[in-house]
Amino acid sequence: METRNSSGLDQFCSVLVERPGLTLLDLAGANQSTMGFLTNLGHRVYSDDFLLQMDRCFGDGDFYENQADPQKMAQFLDAALDYPAQHFDGALVWDTLEFLSGPLLENVVGRLSNMLRPGSYMLALFHAEERAETIPTYSYRIQDRKTITLAPRGRRRPAQFFNNRSLERLFSDFESVKFFLTRDHLREVIVRR
Amino acid sequence: MSSVPNRPTESFEATRTGNAVLGKSAVVKGQILSREDLTIDGEVEGTIEMQEHRLTVGLSGKVRANVKAREVIVLGTLHGNVETGDRIDIRKEAKLVGDIRTARIVIEDGAYFKGNVDIVRAEVPKPAGAPPAASAPRPVPAPASPATSSPAMAAGAGEVKR
Repeated sequence: METRNSSGLDQFCSVLVERPGLTLLDLAGANQSTMGFLTNLGHRVYSDDFLLQMDRCFGDGDFYENQADPQKMAQFLDAALDYPAQHFDGALVWDTLEFLSGPLLENVVGRLSNMLRPGSYMLALFHAEERAETIPTYSYRIQDRKTITLAPRGRRRPAQFFNNRSLERLFSDFESVKFFLTRDHLREVIVRR
Repeated sequence: MSSVPNRPTESFEATRTGNAVLGKSAVVKGQILSREDLTIDGEVEGTIEMQEHRLTVGLSGKVRANVKAREVIVLGTLHGNVETGDRIDIRKEAKLVGDIRTARIVIEDGAYFKGNVDIVRAEVPKPAGAPPAASAPRPVPAPASPATSSPAMAAGAGEVKR
């Protein structure tokens, strides 16, 4: 397993250490490291494995063609993002948005925006290596407020690559978007609801 | 003679002795109240209450119930909310869908969990003659350290405010 420093995580965590008792969403799949870190700070954690949910809904056949099927899309949104409005004080979506195409991506970002309380933060990661056909996927785990552990989960073809402008468009409903460019082709994005 | 490593499944087997066991072919629908540790290898649907004892959902166990127990170990499948006074242990290949209220949680790699985790800190009993809680100093969260640029970071960060 690799580890990497993360300024995005550091910024996300700055709120967490100031205000205990928050309700947080982690879409990396449950793991001891993140669970221990967040609950030790006194927060509630809602955990799900978003990539696994995607595979369950869209994995049988062409992954991206299936995402355009309205019935499967509705099924996925109900299974993976059926939360009340303004339920969360923060969300860790990691790199999951890269594997959502077109209308589904817009729907997911819309739901995330709806689920987050105003003023809360969301951390997302995007690969910046535009020529890559497939990109590595990981289970992201918080080691400490500045360090992420990456447990490999194979490689996947992303739905699309994002640049700063397309990310601004994607998160246009949010109050602010902050980018951290890294040397390892991973763009860290903190958006404020 | 070499010592045998204390693997999770082995320690699980060892602790089964003396427990009540619902076997693989057992199917129970309704309310279970237990005054001893219980292992479920079959199917249960309903509610389970055993607040002073340990519930183990075995590898072949399928439980669809809200559970209140002192300790819960999940090796199989559990759908339902879980409340433990002590700890919950979600083992590799276990599947748990539901909300958890517990003092401690252990999640092994490979376990699937979907739900909310609410850690309830056990209250430390006050010694006789201790001052009232209101006068005790409240724990202060560690201050946020100033943002520093990590070695992995390139020159800049950009921000768009609306």
